Amino acid sequence: MEILFSVTVAVLVGTGIYLILRARTFPVVMGLMLLSYGVNLFLVAMGRLHSGLPAIIKEGVDYTDPLPQALVLTAIVIGFAMTSFITVLALRARGELGNDHVDGTKDREPGR
Amino acid sequence: MMAHWITFPVLLPLATGVLLIFMARASLDAKRAVSIISTLVSLPVMGVLVAQAMGGDYQVYALGNWQPPFGIVLVLDRLTAMLLMLSATLALPALLYGIRSDDKGGRNFHPLFHFQLMGLQGAFLTGDLFNLFVFFEITLIASYGLLMHGAGPDRTRASLHYVILNLVGSALFLIGVGTLYGVLGSLNMADLAVRIAAVPAGDAPIVHAAGLILLAVFGLKAAMLPLYFWLPSAYSSASPSVASLFAIMTKLGVYSILRVHGLLFGEQAGPLEDAVDRWLWPLAILTLVFGAIGVLGARTLKRVVSYLVIVSVGTLLAVIATDDADLLAGGLYYLIHSTFITAALFLLADIISAQRGETADDLVPSRPLVQPRLLGAVFFIGAISVTGLPPLSGFVSKAAMFVASAGAGYAPVLWAVILLAGLVTLVSMCRAGSTLFWNSTAEPPQGRGADKSKLVAALFLLIMSPVMSLWADPLLAYCGATAEQLTNSAGYIQAVLGDTGGME
Repeated sequence: MEILFSVTVAVLVGTGIYLILRARTFPVVMGLMLLSYGVNLFLVAMGRLHSGLPAIIKEGVDYTDPLPQALVLTAIVIGFAMTSFITVLALRARGELGNDHVDGTKDREPGR
Repeated sequence: MMAHWITFPVLLPLATGVLLIFMARASLDAKRAVSIISTLVSLPVMGVLVAQAMGGDYQVYALGNWQPPFGIVLVLDRLTAMLLMLSATLALPALLYGIRSDDKGGRNFHPLFHFQLMGLQGAFLTGDLFNLFVFFEITLIASYGLLMHGAGPDRTRASLHYVILNLVGSALFLIGVGTLYGVLGSLNMADLAVRIAAVPAGDAPIVHAAGLILLAVFGLKAAMLPLYFWLPSAYSSASPSVASLFAIMTKLGVYSILRVHGLLFGEQAGPLEDAVDRWLWPLAILTLVFGAIGVLGARTLKRVVSYLVIVSVGTLLAVIATDDADLLAGGLYYLIHSTFITAALFLLADIISAQRGETADDLVPSRPLVQPRLLGAVFFIGAISVTGLPPLSGFVSKAAMFVASAGAGYAPVLWAVILLAGLVTLVSMCRAGSTLFWNSTAEPPQGRGADKSKLVAALFLLIMSPVMSLWADPLLAYCGATAEQLTNSAGYIQAVLGDTGGME
């Protein structure tokens, strides 16, 4: 399970970083989303991976660590708000700057 | 009741912000009144907190009475009290200036302004690493809104970069915090400091990596060398009142490095001691150098001031990297000075550019100003102070830093770079001043003189500089006590965790 999990996080973060480095706003927004998914999974893993453990503490029984779940919940809420904000911002930049390049300038001609 | 004062810097702006959201359709005057009253009320409260912290006792407030290290704590010490006072004092003129122009640009200027204050003051107070993240996010979300405020293509472009960079920064912050929790099993900063000292050798590299990831995050907020490129365009395109409030945003990054890395990777960290300082010193010096080059190369007054912010960040980070309490005392005085003076210059740049028509604050010949004598005199005071010439606070801060570092091994580098940056600032301010005030075309001046309230706001910030040099002795004494308290991380840990020491 650990290997599958870490590969998933790596793929999400890697894809996210690749997309963030693109020159147009839409891939960048997608990249930020994927990056935040990867980070959220990473946070869950920091509470150690378990399955089938009770969430409520009982004497003598192992339990799942609730704190990373609380952290992830906070991170998801913030991430969601930020995704919607950056989407609106990207749309506004498209409207005001006339193109969807992150620098607000049109692509240079090839060869220059 | 006295013990609850410490929650005020968070609760007051929160309540004001929420109230202002509900007043969205109320008249602008009503919103302004609420906004100003809240800012005025916060000043005496901060005064009370400074008085409480002055004695050198730590105040620890366990929210919901969940005892640390399990619950969330607010911790008040001298540094926190000083920065709370600074942010409240800075907020007043910024708001006053905003009321005269910027708050007409949109409905939510005032709520955003107070949420920004809440995030800042919460981040200064919290003793919990994840809460630091949350307050950072509150600050950032409000700052996104404020930066966009009033719109315009330049602002939109700068905001896009700022938001994307900071979202990546937030992701890194979570990775850093998550890694620390995964290895050490705590998020309370005092508890983390205890646990880092006892970290097994196999886990030490992971903790080291987490520390450096956090350095990158705080470096982005503070505008440290490879991560400062967003700042000049963001700050120079923001509305003036917002830019002057942002003068303290970079200091938040500096504060986080001072607090988190001082506590976690300080002298108690055993093998990980100085794990971060090694990186911080060269980066800080290079930030200073590049900031100075930027000051020299900038073509508008607002960009000059933006690069001056970077110079101040470089100076502060270099001081922090040396880990010297005496030097840090001068550094903290410099922190207050540079915040006030850069904020004042942002406001002044806007007042000047308003009288120059289309050329605005570009450093090119233009029609003469309406009030050349008044603005020239004010600009002169600001330039003297920011350059660090006697008798104003810039000189006092540099003198204090130089005296403290005399004889140390790093002194030649530090002195040379700071003095050269000062020289470059002097050259740049002379050039800016002579272009703005003397090199004018033959056209007659047009338009009206500056708005009185705007001038008062800028002068209020500027007057802090002579005030700070008049009362330099008590201020430096306070800064010295603060620096001493900061180097004594054992005191912080004991105050938060009590005698148990955290580890069972």
